[in-house]
Order: sequence, then C-alpha cells, then structure tokens
Amino acid sequence: MATVLGFYNYWVVIVLMMAGLYILISRYNLIKKMIGLSIFQTSIFYLYISIGKVENGTAPILNDDPATIYSNPLPHVLILTAIVVGVATTAVALALSVRIYENYGTIEEDEIRALNAGEHEL
Amino acid sequence: MMDQLPALQVMLPMTMAPLIVLIRNPKWSWLLATLATGAACLVSCLLLMQVIDGSVIRYAIGGWEAPTGIEFYIDRANAGVALLVTGVSFVTLIYAYHSIQHGIDSSRHYLFYTGWLLCTTGLIGMVITGDAFNVFVFLEISSLSTYMLVAFGSDRRALVASFRYLVIGSIGASFILLGIGFLYAATGTLNMVDLAMRIPTTESPRAVLVAFSFLTVGVMIKAAVFPLHGWLLSAYHHAPIAVTAFLAGTATKVSLYILVRMFFSVFGEAYSFEQLFLNWVLLPAAIAGFLTMSLVAIYQTDLRRMLAYSSVAQIGYIIAGISLATQQGLTAAVVHMFNHGMVKAALFMAVGCILYRVGHTHIPSLQRLISRMPFTVTAFIIAGLGLIGVPLTVGFVSKFSLIQALMERGWWAAAVLILVSSVMATAYVGRVIYLLLFRESRSETAGMTGVNEAPLLMLAPLYALLALSVYFGVFGSQTLRLAAGAAQTLLGGYQ
Repeated sequence: MATVLGFYNYWVVIVLMMAGLYILISRYNLIKKMIGLSIFQTSIFYLYISIGKVENGTAPILNDDPATIYSNPLPHVLILTAIVVGVATTAVALALSVRIYENYGTIEEDEIRALNAGEHEL
Repeated sequence: MMDQLPALQVMLPMTMAPLIVLIRNPKWSWLLATLATGAACLVSCLLLMQVIDGSVIRYAIGGWEAPTGIEFYIDRANAGVALLVTGVSFVTLIYAYHSIQHGIDSSRHYLFYTGWLLCTTGLIGMVITGDAFNVFVFLEISSLSTYMLVAFGSDRRALVASFRYLVIGSIGASFILLGIGFLYAATGTLNMVDLAMRIPTTESPRAVLVAFSFLTVGVMIKAAVFPLHGWLLSAYHHAPIAVTAFLAGTATKVSLYILVRMFFSVFGEAYSFEQLFLNWVLLPAAIAGFLTMSLVAIYQTDLRRMLAYSSVAQIGYIIAGISLATQQGLTAAVVHMFNHGMVKAALFMAVGCILYRVGHTHIPSLQRLISRMPFTVTAFIIAGLGLIGVPLTVGFVSKFSLIQALMERGWWAAAVLILVSSVMATAYVGRVIYLLLFRESRSETAGMTGVNEAPLLMLAPLYALLALSVYFGVFGSQTLRLAAGAAQTLLGGYQ
C-alpha cells in the first residue's frame, strides 16, 4: 500500500498515458484522436515534473540561505520546450483536420477510408 | 570563421526560413532556399574534411561547455550523414522548382520552401548534436515540417497520409521523450558523451533498461523499421514527389544513424548486444522486412507505392548490417545508408519527371515511355540497376559487403535470404524497366501524345546525383573506406 500511495504521481502518469493511447487507437474521429494524443503527451510532462522534485526542496529561486534545498529546475525547462512542441503538433493536426473536412466532408476515419477506396487508383 | 562551421551548418537554413516567409515571391524564395542549402552542403564538406582523420570537433553553443551546456559533436560517424542530408536536400531542392509547379498554387510556394528549410535544419541538427534532449527538439522541428510538406501533395489523400504520419510520428517522438526522461532520472545528465560514461555505473539499471526500450521503439518508428513502417507507405505515395525524393534520401537515414549512435556509442555495444541480445530482435525484423516488402512491391500497380515498399525493404538490409554488431556489418550498414539514400532519391526524382509530364504513375499505362522521355527513362534504368545491386553500381558495393559480413559471422541463412530478396528486387524493377522500353499492347498507350522530355532544371540535378552514384559504384573502395572509419568510430564509443 505504501508503494502504491508513495508513488501516486507515477500512477497518474501511467493511467493518463494508457487512457491517451486507448483513445488514440479506439476512436475514428480525428479530433478525438488528437485529444487522445494530447493526453498521452501530457502524461509525459507529468513524469518529467515528478523527476524534478527533490524531497523538502523549495522553488529553485536563489536566496541567501546556504542551507536551502532546491528542487531540480532542469526538467521544468525541458518540459517547457516539450509543451511548446505539443502545442505545435496539436495546431498542425487541427489545421489538417480542417483541410480534411473541407475535402472529404467528414472527419471520421472509417468514412474517409471508404471514400478513398471508392476512388479510381491512377 | 572556421571555428563556427558546426553552428553555421544549422543556422544557414534556419535563418533563411523566416526570411522567405517575409519575401513571399516564389522565385526568390526558391533561389534563397537553394543558396542556403547549397552553402550548408559546402559547410558539411569542409567539416567532413576536418574530421576524416578521426579527430572530433566539439562545439559548445553559446560558450557553455558540456556537460552543462549543449554541444555539437562532430566526428567521422556523423559528418558523412550530415553531408548526405545537406547534399540530397540541395539537389532535390533545385529539382523541386519545376516539380511543384503542378499541384501547388504559386501563392503558397514560399511556405513550401520554408517547410523544406526547417526540415533540413531539424535533420542536420539531429545528426550533429551531442545532447540527448536536443535530439528530441530537432527531431520535432524536422517532423512537424515534414507533416506540412507531405500535406502539400496535390491529391486529397495526402492530407490523410499526413495526419496518419503525424499521429504515428508523435507517438514515436513521445516515446523518445519518455526514454530521455528515464535516462535523465537514472544518470542526471543529458550530454551523450556524459551519458555513455555514467550508464555503466548507474544505481538504477532498471530505469536505464526502460529508457533503452522506449528509445529503441521510438527511433525505430521514425526510421520505419519493418513492423513499424505503416506511415511511410502512404506518406511517400501522396507527398509531392520532390518531398518524397528528399525524405527517402535523408529522413529515415538520419533516424537510423540515431539508432546506431544510441546502440553503440551511448549505451555501448556490450550493453545492447551482449547483455540484451538485441540482434535477436533486429535480425528477424530485418529479414521479415526485406522479404515481405520486396514481395509486396512486385504486385504494386503504382510506381510511387512500389518504390515506397522497396524503401522499407532496403531499411531491412541496413538493420541486418547493424544487428551483426561487427566492424564489417556496421561498415556495410553505413555504406548502404549512403548508397541507398542516393539511389532512392534519384529513382523518385525520375518518377517525378514522369509524373510532371504524364500526370500519373500508373505502371501499366507507361508502356514504351522511352520513345517520349528518353533521358528520364535512361535515368530510371541506371538508378533501378543500382537498386537491384548489379555489379559496378552502388547497390552492388553495399550488398556485397553486407553478404560478406553476414558470412564472416556464419549467418549463412540470412545471406541467402538477402540474395532471395535481391531476386525479388530484380523482378519488380525489371518489370517496370521492361514496360518502359517495350510495348505489350497498343490499347493502353492513349494519353501519351504531346508528352515530351522533362525540363532541364529537373534532369540536371537527377543526372548529377546519378553521376555521383555511378562514381561511387565504380570506385566503391572509397566509400567503403570512409564507412569503415565511421564504423570504427561508432564501435569505439566516445573517447
């Protein structure tokens, strides 16, 4: 029980990651797929932030007391970059979804597949 | 000036990209983009000449020394890959000028060139960076711009292909990010040289193992290694053909380089292959890849899709070379990376010329095209022979050294299977060559009237690439020596 509760942040990561992947695989709607992908990516952000926590550590802002324990700021910096990348990915995917809707009239993957199969292969 | 070359290589295409967005004129955009990639190509040449004797260039970005700061790390193993990326990018960009006239509205050309430059930036960065997290950042720069470039395809199916690539590619990139996170948690560093030093003595070997698995799967998705190749087929088929030629020559090769760098330099050959028996994962995937993909390629009716299947098969050969984990095997893998990169880019460029004039790539409708487009068809035949691996071509050099390496290790069955796959390659390339040269029936040649040779600006880069590939085919020992040096550096790990 102690291990379950003691590592609760990692359990959150695992649950979020699996939920995201499941949505990504099981849904045909392109927007829902993107939601799944975003949840999946968010779980990795949580993992990085968990790594940065130092026990009894405070926010990594330098003060005069030499005895202060700071949390590790590096994972936060890294994950800021990854968040920007995640936003960019979502933006590109949504733009693509709009274009797909304009061209196919639907964003359901199975319907798109049916439309493509009907086209003459040249 | 010479000290700043590593940074220049990345900065040239990167700074030109936003400039082009401001300029917007399609002609000027193309000219500036070509100049930027050409200059980057020149810089790669200079860098390769500096490190060819086995020395290492470590460039601390912003003056922050590694392991605190981020560094570019250039040695024999990656200078050549950087040259391949910039070279193929330069040549295919010249080619792209005419190639994208059909299908992409000229008011959007500047966006196309911007995406192209950013993709080149990302690929060069991935190759020369010495920081694990930086690999992820550059990977995403190149991936996001690739999704955009694929979506430029004239067919609406390009959009679906791009979306699919985006979903699978993002999962791959997320796995890589996850792997890097675990590595950082286990070792407390992101610098690759530092990682290689700390991994053997880590206190949490399980975290390293998890990192290794995530990184392997993530990079293999990006490299389109056999069971993870799904995105490649539709992306290569529907992307603008210049983009396909560019990606086929560079993107998967860069991911394969990252894979090799990771296995041999960061984790070390002893960990990857002796402790984890990685060859028992890689070799079956490689063999299944080149056998099934070559077989499926025979039955394709679309030229672009056929070449896409063949690309996955060729990646199988490279993986087979890597799985040997010997000096000869790695040499063969590296040499095949270069040779196949050149040949496949040339093949897609020839197909692009056909697409430009004929308007489609449906194989049965291309009968006796040689009478209409003699130069394009000749180019296709020369590159096609290189793909099969006929003696005196680059394909022969790399396949021969791969089979030699397999036999040296005593893996006879794998060597025989490569020959079987080569026979299948002869079947699918030979079938197309036969059709391009001879007519089977009179009925299907309608629609060819008025088709003539492709413009010079498309043929010139194609023939330049072909000339290089023929040169490296006839004088194969030069590339082999270079690749042997790269393999030696990789197997030796970081100093």
